Amino acid sequence: MLDLTKYQSIGAALNDALDQFANKVCLIEADREREKERLTYREFKERAYPLAKALQDASFQAGDRAAIIMTNQSKWLISAYAILYCGGVLVPLDYKLTPDELWQLLKHSRAGSLITEYSIWRQLAAAAARSAATNLKTILVTEAPSNAPLDGAQRWENFSGQGEPVFVPRKRNDIASIVYSSGTGGRPKGCVTTHENYLEQGHAIAQVIAFEPGIRYLSILPTNHVVDFMMGFLLPFTCGATVVHLRTLRPEFVRDAFTRYKISYMMLVPLILKNLQKGLEARFAALPKGKRAVLDALIRINRALTRDRPRVWLSRRLLGQVHSAFGGHLRAFGVGSAFIEPATLQFFLDLGIPVANSYGLTEAGTAVSVNDPRAPRTDTVGKPLPGTEVRIVNPGPDGIGEVAVRSRTVMSGYLEDPALTAETIVDGWLMTGDLGKLDPTGHLQLFGRKKNMIVTAEGKNVYPEDIETVFEGLPVKEFCVFAANYIWPRRSMVDEQLVLALHLEPGQHYSEDLRREVTARNNRLLNYKRIHGVVILDEDFPRTASLKIKRNALAERLALLDRATAILPL
Amino acid sequence: MRTLEQTTQEILDLASKHFNVPEGSLAPDDDFFRKLGIDSLQTLELLSRLENHFGVELPDYEVQGVSDFRTLASRIQSRL
Repeated sequence: MLDLTKYQSIGAALNDALDQFANKVCLIEADREREKERLTYREFKERAYPLAKALQDASFQAGDRAAIIMTNQSKWLISAYAILYCGGVLVPLDYKLTPDELWQLLKHSRAGSLITEYSIWRQLAAAAARSAATNLKTILVTEAPSNAPLDGAQRWENFSGQGEPVFVPRKRNDIASIVYSSGTGGRPKGCVTTHENYLEQGHAIAQVIAFEPGIRYLSILPTNHVVDFMMGFLLPFTCGATVVHLRTLRPEFVRDAFTRYKISYMMLVPLILKNLQKGLEARFAALPKGKRAVLDALIRINRALTRDRPRVWLSRRLLGQVHSAFGGHLRAFGVGSAFIEPATLQFFLDLGIPVANSYGLTEAGTAVSVNDPRAPRTDTVGKPLPGTEVRIVNPGPDGIGEVAVRSRTVMSGYLEDPALTAETIVDGWLMTGDLGKLDPTGHLQLFGRKKNMIVTAEGKNVYPEDIETVFEGLPVKEFCVFAANYIWPRRSMVDEQLVLALHLEPGQHYSEDLRREVTARNNRLLNYKRIHGVVILDEDFPRTASLKIKRNALAERLALLDRATAILPL
Repeated sequence: MRTLEQTTQEILDLASKHFNVPEGSLAPDDDFFRKLGIDSLQTLELLSRLENHFGVELPDYEVQGVSDFRTLASRIQSRL
């Protein structure tokens, strides 16, 4: 692996990686059972250079911002490298957002270039909010059918410069990317991340999770997310490993990819891990009695022999059929982004498949703590990464308090929001808003949230402020959205829900018509952003002098209600 | 060639069968996440069933953000 501590920028590190591992395969792209592309590091460079040159010919300068809105595929990484090579700033956006939300973030980021896929561009181009992003000069669209209308965009495949582009060096403290952790509802949270943040994070993770040539990483989390950008690009590339992109998340094709491509690692969200568990349990349950008894005995033996630490080679022998279903080369799963029950982690551990349960947030530059796959603990999110300090602020008698993080991986701040930055990074410590404690061995355990937000089992962060606009104009006196656990704190990160607090007009009742109206508006939101129920409060919401709702004071007032009866499910 | 109404009805029938809900209890404008109580992965499983039934291939992205049967039917119809 390259020593990332010696580099000034991600672009410089990638340059060296592309030369050092020139003949090794860096990328495989498959669509269902069809392999679409297989690139060596040399071929990857040969694809990226003409794009970088064309960008430079189009006056792309150091520090210019370029957004990428794409599903996981080779052109995502090729484009990112070309942008970084030109000294640009990446703005990776979530392709799952609505076109209006994407335009809002494109405007906020002041991106001058956009690289996207034709199917996404079709929807973006048709959205009314397009006129908002006036900074956008260059729009490149991949995979457009030959006669398709491009609406002002150019074909990525034809955007090609002649001759070698000039590498534009950047310094460690220069901005490498702006990653939005939330804020589609009016206050965008664009995490400004430096080259140092990424290089230090890559260096730290590599000490816990080994990447090397021959390792294959299956990339299914969206690459715009910091986790996949690190685990599915920067880390494997600077180690000479291979990234496998699968352009579908259908479980049957994901399962097939394990064996087809002999996958070593995969990061996933709890929802997918639980789905894999369910699939295995169903297969175990369908076994004839005798075979089931043998399997149970082997699992018990494996558990006994690997109690102190996983021995994947031994487990592969004992439970060969289970491991061969995962291709026989799987070293570990990585899971983070949301809470996962220890029982699910133990299920895989018993089969000899370690799960590196971790904790992180975009603001911290990806991971804060990671369970070492060589000695994972199912009841914790692991130890802080090397170089990362974690402290518990204002701990209660039980040792639980707010998790604060200090590290060279922590973002420099929120784009154009110094007030929010000052609230979030206090005296050099990132205040995470998560509640946790450190156990005597230094492992971090999480117990809930202090902040007003939820994280779904799909690893999606949802902030109430981001979804309130859908309820604008609701025929009530006033309304406000909350995370239920923010109003009624509980030491749990399971089944988090959003609720809509309503203050009705005098004499108004929560009628069936109103419930239907709330439901109809709720259904306009993407499914994971929807509220679970309504809470009625028959009094004015506390407001500031400028008439903004005082969320904390309102939450305190709502907390006096009994949660069990106050939430009226939709 | 099926009409959009026929396609929609076949989707409702298949969804009822696949998720064990009484026939006739699903309507074209129903939100399938809520009505069937399913998550995004189960939706992908349903899509695979529908692809097999209709003999079409639907890229994941084509159904991104779709949550009601009627819109789903129109996406499938455009590929028939």
